[in-house]
Amino acid sequence: MSLPPPTAVLEGGRKAAIQSRRKNLTFDKVSFMAVFLGIPLAIYLVFVIWPFLQAFVYSLTDWSGFSPNYKFIGLDNYARIFTDDQFLKALSNNVILLIIVPLVTVVLSLVLAALVTVGGSSKGQVKGLKNSSFYRVVSFFPYTIPAVAIGIMWGQIYDPSGGLLNGALNALGLNFKDYAWLGNTNTAMACSIFVIIWGFVGFYMVLFIAGIKGIPAELFEAARIDGAGRFRTAVSVTIPMIRDNIQTAYVYLGIFALDAFVYMASLFPNAGGPENSTLVMSQQLFFTAFQRGQFGMATAMGVILAVATLLFSGLVFLVNKLTGGTDGGRL
Amino acid sequence: MTLLKQKTAPVGHLEREAKSTPGDRAVAATSHVVLAIWSAIVVLPLLWTFMSSFKTSNEIFASPFALPGAWKLDNYIKAWSEAGIGAAFINSVIVVGVSLVLVMLLGAMCAYVLARFSFRGSRVIYVLMLAGLTFPIFLAMVPLFGVLKGMGLLNQLPGLIITYVAFALPFTVFFLFAFFKNLPGEIAEAAAIDGAGEWRTFFQIMLPMARPGLASVAIFNFLGLWNQFLIPVTINAGGPKVLSQELFAFAQQMGYAVDFGALFAAVTVTVIPVLIAYILFQRQLQGSVSQGTSR
Repeated sequence: MSLPPPTAVLEGGRKAAIQSRRKNLTFDKVSFMAVFLGIPLAIYLVFVIWPFLQAFVYSLTDWSGFSPNYKFIGLDNYARIFTDDQFLKALSNNVILLIIVPLVTVVLSLVLAALVTVGGSSKGQVKGLKNSSFYRVVSFFPYTIPAVAIGIMWGQIYDPSGGLLNGALNALGLNFKDYAWLGNTNTAMACSIFVIIWGFVGFYMVLFIAGIKGIPAELFEAARIDGAGRFRTAVSVTIPMIRDNIQTAYVYLGIFALDAFVYMASLFPNAGGPENSTLVMSQQLFFTAFQRGQFGMATAMGVILAVATLLFSGLVFLVNKLTGGTDGGRL
Repeated sequence: MTLLKQKTAPVGHLEREAKSTPGDRAVAATSHVVLAIWSAIVVLPLLWTFMSSFKTSNEIFASPFALPGAWKLDNYIKAWSEAGIGAAFINSVIVVGVSLVLVMLLGAMCAYVLARFSFRGSRVIYVLMLAGLTFPIFLAMVPLFGVLKGMGLLNQLPGLIITYVAFALPFTVFFLFAFFKNLPGEIAEAAAIDGAGEWRTFFQIMLPMARPGLASVAIFNFLGLWNQFLIPVTINAGGPKVLSQELFAFAQQMGYAVDFGALFAAVTVTVIPVLIAYILFQRQLQGSVSQGTSR
C-alpha cells in the first residue's frame, strides 16, 4: 500500500496540485473535515460544553433532578448556600487545603528535585546526584495509584488499633495506643493533607526535575564561577528559570485543593470526617444533588466552585506577573 | 526493588570523576539521606499494604508488623469474586481500553484538522477546547447526569465510555495540536502531490509520524481514566461498577463486615497492574513528563 513513486508526477503537477488543494473543495476534503472535526466536536459539545452551560441555568432553578418540571427562582440558591453553615464549613476547609496543599507540595517537590539535580560534585561539569534515578522512580509511584486506593490504604494506616502509624509509634515507645488520627477533629484535617501531599509530590518532583534539566548548563557554570554556592544557585538561578513550571504546578494543585473529593471520600467513608472537619464543597455538592435531590442547589454550588477556581488561577498568574515572572521564564 | 536499582544504575560511571571535596560528599550524603527518607515514606505504606493483604483480620489486629502466618491467597480469592473486584477489574479494562482508543483517534483527528488547516472558526474551536481544560469537572456533573438520563445512557458502560472520551478530549487535542503543528508540512504536501487524499495522508503518513506524541498523551490519558472516580460514581452509580467504584463500595461496607485482609487484597489488585506497567515503562513516562513541560 505504498504511495506511487514521485516520478509519476509531471513537473507542472506540483503547482497544480497545491492550488487544487487550496481552492477546490473536493469530496475527499469535505468528507475529511466533516468527519475529523464533526465527530469529536459533537461529542465534546454534547457531553462537556452543553452540561457546563446548563449548569449556569439550572443554578437559578429549583430543579430536583427527577421531575422534568422546575421553575426559576433567581439567585435564591446562592443566597441559601451562603447562609448554610455546613457549606460554609466546607468552604473554609477548602480554603485551608488551598493554602496548605499547593505550598507544601511545591516546596517539598522543589527541594527533592533540587537535591536530585544539583546534589552532585561542585567541580567540573554540573552534575546531578549519583544513583538518584531510583528515588525519582519510587517517588512517582503514588501518581500511578488510583486516589481511591490511596485514600483507603491510608485510612488503614491511620487505623487506631491495627494501623501502621500507631504500630510504629507504639514500637518506638511513644504512647499513642488506639489514638484515632482520622476520628479526631484535631488531627483529621492535617492527616488528610499529608495523604494528599503524599499522592502529589512525586509527580511534581519529576516535573521540576525535567524543568531543571532543561536549564542550560552554562547558567549554572556562570553562577559557580561568580562564586555562588549551592543554595544561592538554587534561589537565584534554578527557581527563576523554572518559575513557569512552578506556576503551572501551583494552579493545578490549587484547582485540585478546591475539589479534593476523591481523597476525602475515600479517607472518610462516613462522609465529612469528625464534626465535618474534613467536609469539602465537592462532597457537599454531591450529597445535595444525589442524596437530597436538589439539583438546582447543587449546580449553584458547582458554579461557586468554578468561580473560586478561576479566581485562584487568576491570582496565581497575577502574583507571578507582579513578582517579575514570564520574562525570566525562558531564554 | 533491587531489580530497579540495578536497572537505573548510572551509565556514565566509567567516565573520569572530578575529585570531590569533603563538602561535596557531605552534600551528597545529606541528599541521599533526605531522598531515601522520602522514598521510604512512599514505599513502606505500599509494602505494608501488600504484606497485610495476606493476613487474616485477627493477624492484622494482633500486630501491624508481624508477617502473615501463611502466604495464602484466600483474601485475593475473596476480594476477586465475593467483593466483585474481579468483575469490576474487567469492566475497567473494557471501559478504559475502548475510551482510550476512541479518544486517541478522535483527539488526533481533531487536533490534526485544527493544526493543519486554517478555516473560519478554527480559533473558536481551539479556545473552546481550552475552556474544557480549565473548568472544574464538578460543574458539569449534575447536568451531565440529566443529559445521559435523557439519552438512556445512565448507568451503562457505553455512557461511561462516551463521557470518558468527551472529558479526555480537551487534554488530548491540546497536546496533539502542538505536536501536529510542529510536524514538517512538506511531507503532507508531497503525499498530496503523489495523489494521496486527505484521509490517506492522515492515516498513512501523519498519524504514524505523530507516534511519540501519541504515546505520551496515551499514557497520561490511561492513568487519568483508570484512576477516574468522580465520573463513574456520578453517572454510573447503579450500573456495572468499574474498579475504583467497586473498591470504594467495598471500603464503605467495611463498617459492617470487617474483613480487612480482603480489603488490603482489593487495594493491592488495584495498585499492582499499573505499578508494574509503570516500572516497565518508566523511562518513557519520565520522558513524557518532560515533553509536557517543555512547551
